[in-house]
Parts: sequence; C-alpha cells; structure tokens
Amino acid sequence: MTRDEITTGLAEILEEVAGVNPDDVAEGKSFTDDLDVDSLSMVEVVVAAEEKFGVKIPDNEVQNLKTVGDAVTYIEAQS
Amino acid sequence: MSRPDVVVTGLGATTPLGGDVASTWDAMLAGRSGVSALTQEWAAQLPVRIAAQLAVEPSEVLDRVRLRRLDRSEAIAIIAAQQAWADAGLADSGLDGERLAVSVGSGIGGATTLLAQDDILEASGPRRVSPHTIPMLMPNGPAAWVGLELGAKAGVHSVASACATGAEAIALGLDIIRAGRADVVVAGGTEAVIHALPIAGFSSMRAMSTRNDEPERASRPWDRGRDGFVLGEGAGIVVLERAEHAAARGARVYARLAGAGITSDAYDIVQPHAEGEGAIRAIARAIADADVAKRDIVHVNAHATSTPVGDMLEIGALHKALGDHPVLAATKSMTGHLLGAAGALESIATILAIRDGVVPPTINLDDPDDGLTLEVAAHKARHMEIPAALNNAFGFGGHNVALVFARP
Repeated sequence: MTRDEITTGLAEILEEVAGVNPDDVAEGKSFTDDLDVDSLSMVEVVVAAEEKFGVKIPDNEVQNLKTVGDAVTYIEAQS
Repeated sequence: MSRPDVVVTGLGATTPLGGDVASTWDAMLAGRSGVSALTQEWAAQLPVRIAAQLAVEPSEVLDRVRLRRLDRSEAIAIIAAQQAWADAGLADSGLDGERLAVSVGSGIGGATTLLAQDDILEASGPRRVSPHTIPMLMPNGPAAWVGLELGAKAGVHSVASACATGAEAIALGLDIIRAGRADVVVAGGTEAVIHALPIAGFSSMRAMSTRNDEPERASRPWDRGRDGFVLGEGAGIVVLERAEHAAARGARVYARLAGAGITSDAYDIVQPHAEGEGAIRAIARAIADADVAKRDIVHVNAHATSTPVGDMLEIGALHKALGDHPVLAATKSMTGHLLGAAGALESIATILAIRDGVVPPTINLDDPDDGLTLEVAAHKARHMEIPAALNNAFGFGGHNVALVFARP
C-alpha cells in the first residue's frame, strides 16, 4: 500500500468518525491542531485504522502520532 | 429580601406529535394520537408492540457526526433546549453564563447506548466499545450537553425521580432562581428508551397497555377500558427567568411559575400510597407556595397515565387538595407516557392552556370510569378563561411533584 493510499484511507476514517473534510487531510496536518480531532475521537480513529489496515497500534504509540504523516509512516512500517 | 417572581419566557420540545412546540400543541388541540405500532424486528416477540415514537428524527436536525457521540435522549434534549433558547430571545443576547443554570433530567438515562455497546462488547470485544459510551449513558449527560450548548456556568443539575423528573427539574429551577443563584434556568426532561429491554421490564410489571391492535386507542386515561400506559419518547424544555430580569430585557412572558410542591410517599417502591396521601400533600404545598386562590386554578394537566389504579387515586387527591371545580386534561392520551420528560412536556401544555385559554382534549375517554367525578374535556378541546393551572407528575420511588402556573 502506498503512502497516498494510506492517507486516503485515513481521510475516509476521519470523515466518518469526526466529520473532517477529506480535502483537508494531508501528511503535514496535525490531528488535534489542524483537523480538530479530540482525544475520544482519536481513540475511534485508531481502532478503525487497525481494522482497515490490519495493524496493531498500541496506546503508548498513539501519543507519537501527532500528524497524518506520522500515522502513515507507522502504518506503512507495520503492514 | 422579598421572594423574586419567576416567569416562563421560552419553550422547546420534540415529541411524538411534532418536532417543535407549535406542531405539538396544534396536534394536541386537534386530538391527534402519536401512538403507532412498533414494526421493528426487535419488537416482534414482545407482549407490547406499540409506542409513541418521535415525529421528527434527531438526524433531521443534528448532523451525523454530532449524533455519533450523543445518546438519543441527549440529542433531543439539545434540540428542545436550542428551540427554547431561541424562543426566549436569548440567542446572541450576551447573557452572562455565570447567571445561567441548567436543570434537565431523565427517568432512565442512556439505556439504549448501554444496550447497544453491550452488544458490541459481546460480539467484538472491549476494544470496539465506543470511547463515547460513558458520556452517552451517564444520567447527567443531557443536562451537561445542554449546559455546554448554552454556556451555562451557574451549575448543571440532573434530577432523577422517574416519571416525576421533568416536573421536579422545573421545580428545582424555581428554587435556584428564588435562591438568587441564577437569573435564567433552562429546565425540563428528556427520555428515549423505546427498546426491547425497557418495554419488557415495564411489561413484566404489568404496567403497559397491550392494546397492540389499536395503537391510537391504547392510551385512555380514566376510561373503563384502560389497561396500562403507552411508552413515549421526547424532550420538553422551558426557560425560567427571574421576572425582573425578563422585564428588563423586554422578554415575552408566557406565564408565571407561581409555585411548586414536592413530597415523597415513604410507602412503596412502585405503588402509590393507597389514599394518594403524598399526592395530596404535594398539590396542597404547591397551592400554598403559589399564593394563588384555589378557585383560580380552574385547569389541571393530570399525571393520568392510563393505569387502572393510578388514574383514580389522582382524582381523589385532586378532590381533597383542590376541590371539584377544575377541568382536567390527560394529554398522555395523545403523547403516550414520556416518563422523565412527561412532567416537562405537560408543563408546556399547561402553560399554553393558560396563554390560549383552552383545555386540551383527552382522547379515548369513551366510557368514563365511575370514579371520574371531575370534569374532563373529553375528545374535544374546551375554550375557557384559565387564570391559573396545575400540573401533576408522580414517579416510581414515591415521588410526587405539583406545579402551579398562572397568568403573568
């Protein structure tokens, strides 16, 4: 799976869970500061991403995933 | 310091009869029933397959993402509160949040969330349980969301007294303003538990009507053929305001909340006191608190749920505490029983009865019980001057609440 495909997949999840406009989702964007995803919604995003990409994202890893790009890199490495 | 008058300056509701107060009130005056058959698959095996479901789904009002994190009871509380707030002319009014409180309760709380998340837990494991579960099912959730929505900083309260909740929440609002802790209180009740488990539970108590073949005729307070209540869902919210505060901003005033009476039976967990002793004391306290002459209280929106025992006990209590002159209404004949929202929705009906000079009809009263010795506007609304009116609400647990509203 390419980085672009992972980003698109995350955008779908972010739209479903938090109502984020897919056009706003890009690797440089911060989940909390740019996309306005709060902590409870972030939990939902992580669980949905695990399901979608077939990876495990432990809770202690989530705090390191500040931007969409961080999440893409992590998912790319795991899958 | 003299006791401040408290007035009602805003109303909001979403009910089985309509998505707002105007459509609900129109349907009530026309004598329409909001009860229908439950056609959902989960209802097929239940002994009770009728309910009064919302006329307008929350998804028609609030956006999808917002609804993901709200229990249905919270969503409709927000919808009704938004309406009441706008109706009171308080949107963009710059009201100081530290002078605004919320008092909104629910009889049962976020039961459908609890049950849906338990299904997920059983089917998919704990990691799939929504992180929004707790704020969705906590009993203070509706009040807290309304407080967030409106910026209330003078306290957010969630009364829980079963079917007396909505009325008790309004009584608490009265106390808060009289005590000087807020100038405005957004008060009322919400309930949304049309689901197999609550229906099975009430049904096992033999409390519900099983007139499944005639949904619109199932809720029939004081009629000989009554066989239990019909579960309804909805929310009712009123804006209570210190009268001087309302006058200073030129607010439109619907009615005065003149007084409240709250008692408890200390008798049985679900049965009302055999002589209606607690109800009599609540009505008497409300009248004394209101300082309104009994003869001016010419209308009562009764609790009257359509149960065999409760309906007649209330008649006896009204005779003893108020007299034989009031004209009664049982609007649950049309809306079903909204449990924790009932006292709030019926307060709204009481307030509008005073404003418009009309007692709403009680439908399905085809064959009145012998014990019905007070007048009822059966089938058709009755136009008459209403200087003051009473609203009763009683709840499992032995809760009795009576509210007196009067012309401003």
